[in-house]
Amino acid sequence: MQLKINGNYVSVEPKPGEMLVDLLRERLGLTGVKVGCNESECGACTVIVNGEPVLSCTYPSAKAAGKEVWTIEGLASLSPVHLSTGAEQEDLLRGLHPLQQAFVLYGAVQCGFCIPGQLMTAHALLSRNPNPTQADIRYALKDTLCRCAGYPTIERAILAAAEALRTGKPVKPPSIPASHMPLEVIGTIQVRPDAVEKVTGEAVYTDDLKFPGMLHGRVKRAGIPHGILRRLDVSKARALPGVAAVLTAEDIPGERYHGLVIFDWPTLVGIGERVRYVGDSVAIVAAESREIASQALDLIEAEYELLEPICDPVAARSPDAPAIHPQGNLLKHIKVRKGDVEQGFAESEVVLEHTFHTAFTDHAFIEPECSIARPTEDGRMEVYVGSQIPYADRNQVARALGWPEERVRVIGQLMGGGFGGKEDIMGQIHAALLANAVGRPVKLLFDRHESLLVHPKRHATQIRVKMGARRDGTLVAVETELYGDTGAYASLGEKVMTRATTHSTGPYEMPHVRADCYAMYTNNPPAGAFRGFGVTQSAFAIESMMDMLAEKLGLDRVEIRRKNALKVGSVTNTGQYLDESVGLRECIDRVIAEMDRLIGQGGDPAARFASRSVPGAPHLRRAWGFAVAFKNTGLGGGAPDKASAEVELFADGSLEVRTSSAELGQGLVTVLRMIVAQEFNQPPSKVKVLVMDTDLTPDGGPTTASRQTYVSGNAALYAARTLRQAIASTLAEKYDVPPEQVRFVEGLAQVNGLSLPLGEVVAAMRAEGREPRALYEYWAPATSPLGTGGKMHFAYSFAAQAAEVEVNTRTGETRVLRVIAANDVGRALNPLGLQGQVEGGVVMGMGNALTEHFIVENGRVFTDRLARYRIPSIIQTPEIISIVVEHPTAEGPYGAKGVGEIVSIPTTPAITNAIYNAVGVRVDSLPVDQEKILLALQNAP
Amino acid sequence: MPVWEKYILAASLQEALEAAANAPGTARFIAGGTDLLLDLQQGRHPPVHTLIDITALAETTALEIRSDELFIGAAVPLSRIVHSPVVMEHAQALAEASALIGGPQVRNTATLGGNVCHALPAADGSIALLALNASAEIAGRNGCRRAPLGELFLGPGRSALDPRAELLTGFYLPLKSSGQASAHRRVMRPQGVAIAILNMAIWLARQDDLIQDIRIAVGPAGPKPLRAVQAEDFLRGKPYRQETIAQSLDLLLAEARFRTSPHRASAEYRRRLAGVLLEDALQAAWQRAGILSGRQGTDRS
Ligand SMILES: Cc1cc2nc3c(=O)[nH]c(=O)nc-3n(C[C@@H](O)[C@@H](O)[C@H](O)COP(=O)(O)OP(=O)(O)OC[C@H]3O[C@@H](n4cnc5c(N)ncnc54)[C@H](O)[C@@H]3O)c2cc1C
Ligand code: FES
Ligand code: FES
Repeated sequence: MQLKINGNYVSVEPKPGEMLVDLLRERLGLTGVKVGCNESECGACTVIVNGEPVLSCTYPSAKAAGKEVWTIEGLASLSPVHLSTGAEQEDLLRGLHPLQQAFVLYGAVQCGFCIPGQLMTAHALLSRNPNPTQADIRYALKDTLCRCAGYPTIERAILAAAEALRTGKPVKPPSIPASHMPLEVIGTIQVRPDAVEKVTGEAVYTDDLKFPGMLHGRVKRAGIPHGILRRLDVSKARALPGVAAVLTAEDIPGERYHGLVIFDWPTLVGIGERVRYVGDSVAIVAAESREIASQALDLIEAEYELLEPICDPVAARSPDAPAIHPQGNLLKHIKVRKGDVEQGFAESEVVLEHTFHTAFTDHAFIEPECSIARPTEDGRMEVYVGSQIPYADRNQVARALGWPEERVRVIGQLMGGGFGGKEDIMGQIHAALLANAVGRPVKLLFDRHESLLVHPKRHATQIRVKMGARRDGTLVAVETELYGDTGAYASLGEKVMTRATTHSTGPYEMPHVRADCYAMYTNNPPAGAFRGFGVTQSAFAIESMMDMLAEKLGLDRVEIRRKNALKVGSVTNTGQYLDESVGLRECIDRVIAEMDRLIGQGGDPAARFASRSVPGAPHLRRAWGFAVAFKNTGLGGGAPDKASAEVELFADGSLEVRTSSAELGQGLVTVLRMIVAQEFNQPPSKVKVLVMDTDLTPDGGPTTASRQTYVSGNAALYAARTLRQAIASTLAEKYDVPPEQVRFVEGLAQVNGLSLPLGEVVAAMRAEGREPRALYEYWAPATSPLGTGGKMHFAYSFAAQAAEVEVNTRTGETRVLRVIAANDVGRALNPLGLQGQVEGGVVMGMGNALTEHFIVENGRVFTDRLARYRIPSIIQTPEIISIVVEHPTAEGPYGAKGVGEIVSIPTTPAITNAIYNAVGVRVDSLPVDQEKILLALQNAP
Repeated sequence: MPVWEKYILAASLQEALEAAANAPGTARFIAGGTDLLLDLQQGRHPPVHTLIDITALAETTALEIRSDELFIGAAVPLSRIVHSPVVMEHAQALAEASALIGGPQVRNTATLGGNVCHALPAADGSIALLALNASAEIAGRNGCRRAPLGELFLGPGRSALDPRAELLTGFYLPLKSSGQASAHRRVMRPQGVAIAILNMAIWLARQDDLIQDIRIAVGPAGPKPLRAVQAEDFLRGKPYRQETIAQSLDLLLAEARFRTSPHRASAEYRRRLAGVLLEDALQAAWQRAGILSGRQGTDRS
């Protein structure tokens, strides 16, 4: 058949069963087209066929015969005008389509994985409708999902591009507030270093890589939640032509268990061993093609002795529950103690108690997991993977191979979203075992189904809160009891549930606290890290309780929070004295001020949260809801928290910063680049960033706990300063001036009125026998373990949010209209990136409240397709008003603390509190169920 | 094994029918593939030998007025239906229903024929067509025949067509006369699959304040898309009043078989929504029927 692709005629014969996306990616190398789900749900694979956007994952290649196909790779050539964009970005954006330019300038690009689909869908819209409204954009992009949820920015970028196309003028730059305390680079608007490659389709993610002789790996999953593997016969699979290897537990040369903290996760379950969840692996296959590998899986015969699954954490704790792990079902009992709660309740004038439930949720990053292992000629193993903890991957892969760590090199790839879900080992070890066995590269790609079944989720929890207070709203005692379902394996369960527990009494002062958490093993999929790290769950419980308490006492819900809010000088429930950087009250006040401005009620507290009907639609009730939160920055609890970074100056005057920390789309690379540019007073474009390579980049530690800006940021900052000082001392000696007189300005070092191109400094240093680079190992301030009453965390971020909802009292349907979010992030280093984090975080919090429900029944996953697991779309995205509050923390880089998680945490309770305010139905179990709302309304007296 | 061996882009009705009859293994017609390809990929449908694409046939892609009827080809993509002024004029419920199916990308390939042949009891297209009294045109080796739409459904996911010998070419809908109008409404859930937890389409003819004639289709209310004939009979000839509608709801609830579907909706919830949709769809159709001129906005929601 013949077809025209990106303007060129192509002759190919379609293959049996081949979809257009396979033809484009696999045979024509157009890897800008992405596959997020392979089930018509995500829109990442959108291409344009005969002028209309279609999903290439469910479009037979044969159907494209004679048609005209456009992919992201051709978008720039469709640009009718080549617009200039003003001096600064001119070079960067030259030759791009205005849509691409606008996506870069507006910060619509985060992880970038959805972006080709967004751009092609948007292009199709603008071709039909050059002057779209916001509603038109939402209609057109309805099913093109972005998990980083840059929807508001995508919308603004499309509007700006449309205007540029209509007027022939450059794309208007966005208006985003800079930091309140901007420096030359820090706190100013800067585009991502990887934004351009992400809008042209050139960005390479793991699945886009191909190596000569590469095989395709697949994993045989147990498919039963609990049992003993009794028989395993892989002979038929081994005999299948095209199969290069089938490995079972006996074939593992090194350690057979892996894990992040506890090595309890079998890489392959052996005969006679226990299967603990449906996603457990029993055999792995490498074959010449993915199809053959899949066929081989069907030929593997496994027999199990079935055991009754343990399906919830409360049941798992019962004394007669069978033990899932040798040491029992209790992963950890976590305790927080302060004062004497019994005495506290006795002293209280009002005591409330309520139990809340939260569901499992899935990260649903649009890029499913992919690893490629490649044996090298010198006997090492390279692992290409988008991973949040490259050094931990190296360690775990090496353990399984029985090798020293140095023989393994993890080469981190661009990641299409992580959110905590790419911290655990998924395919890395399996790919390496197969590659080692056959001596060829092996790619192990999860499809969406496998991704949903296998990787750790957000913990489902049960949280009971008992709260005692005085009549004036002063909190006296809070007791919480949490059950966390950590599923089959520990993953980061203990850490997550510790955070849930220590944050379970909210960002408030109170004399008496008792919190107990039981992190329990069950036969559900494992639960681990997920943006919010346990605090998402406990904030829902405690912030619901705060509204219930305010109501019971007839007090203003805002005032009661203000009154008890942590402030500088407070002692937290874990006994930590807060000596600085507590911007909670300012967050509260700023949100309320903005609310008052919007609703114009003259600051009447009762009117702010009153239920209102919509004119002409009396069945629609609207109201605002309010919630606050705090979240630690960094690992804390006594864990050594360090990161290393290296900064190097090159002869062409450019700089490079290197650290193994991970870029998941959150914008770390931008922050690192800005820090180094700031320290050398250089334009950011002069700074390259290299991350996630265990050979080339020093260990930045895990990308988790909102720690990268602070910890790796500081490592980069001090490495830059060290290098700067070394340069200054070289020049000082050479020109015989004190080092303080050496200055750095754009591209130059200045000494004594003399200007020296920075590149020449390289030669000067080498002449002295010094290398023009500096490595810095940064140790974050020490923290103390829980229970010791010391400094549990070196910094906390704070937030307040108000959400406005509309509830349909005839159907129970609920939507979120507006969210005001104030976040105390210490210092806004990268305002464009911060905006993306805030908007994305709010939308994710909304998903947690309204759309997301990962359902496991009897250990079996019901939501095993994206079609059954809904993440928010642009249609559901509320208007988001972001307020940046900056209470710097002394040790943070320029005062900054964590951003990534806090932005998302208060959203869920703000929404559920708003629902209560609108219609009087208290949601105590997530996600919000419209049916329950309706039935509660209609059964109400 | 690939999920299909051979993909034939049929150029004529004749070729499509012959290919189906002569395929060496199993054969299936395919239109947009938005149901069939997912069923194949996810193993709900066994692999087939031949897929016969029927989206390039003159017979299945026409959308036009044929004497006193509106013809909509079975393989017309939904996006064309959504934007078609004649559909908006004569079958507004169908335009509304089509606009709700999937997103823009899905609608650029998905078809009405596929929606009907997939035979789900709450398919939006089927429900709208049923209320609009559509008849189906079916091509077989011995020529074309027409059948009332309802006869195409055997049960959930089971169509009455012979997959090797019968091809649905399109739908005939009566043209609208003055005083007639239609509307389609549904309620979704933000969690889980994008199929209505309840939908309803209503066509009515209005004479002053009387409901002169009415057709109500609702799903899922049984194994097949359901016509609520008892509610229709009751309402026919009655004035448009709250009490009348409330009484007709009782009849509808008696003839509909609402089930509880786990993780989606309880039967009880569906019963309550039925009342909401009946009121809303009836009101929309009633108001539209009162607008005498053909000038109507495109109130897609
Ligand atoms: C993301 C997504 C969202 C969706 N949302 C909705 C929704 O909200 N509401 C809704 O109702 N549906 C929804 N659907 C399903 C909807 O897209 C399909 O029902 C579609 O209309 C089927 O048309 P098709 O052309 O793709 O059919 P195909 O998949 O091509 O065919 C379906 C079946 O019909 C047969 N067939 C097709 N055409 C003919 C013909 N002319 N003659 C004989 N047999 C034929 C095929 O052999 C096959 O068995 C959704 C689908 C997706 C992927
Ligand atoms: S819609 Fe095609 S990959 Fe998701
Ligand atoms: S940028 Fe859209 S999914 Fe990450």
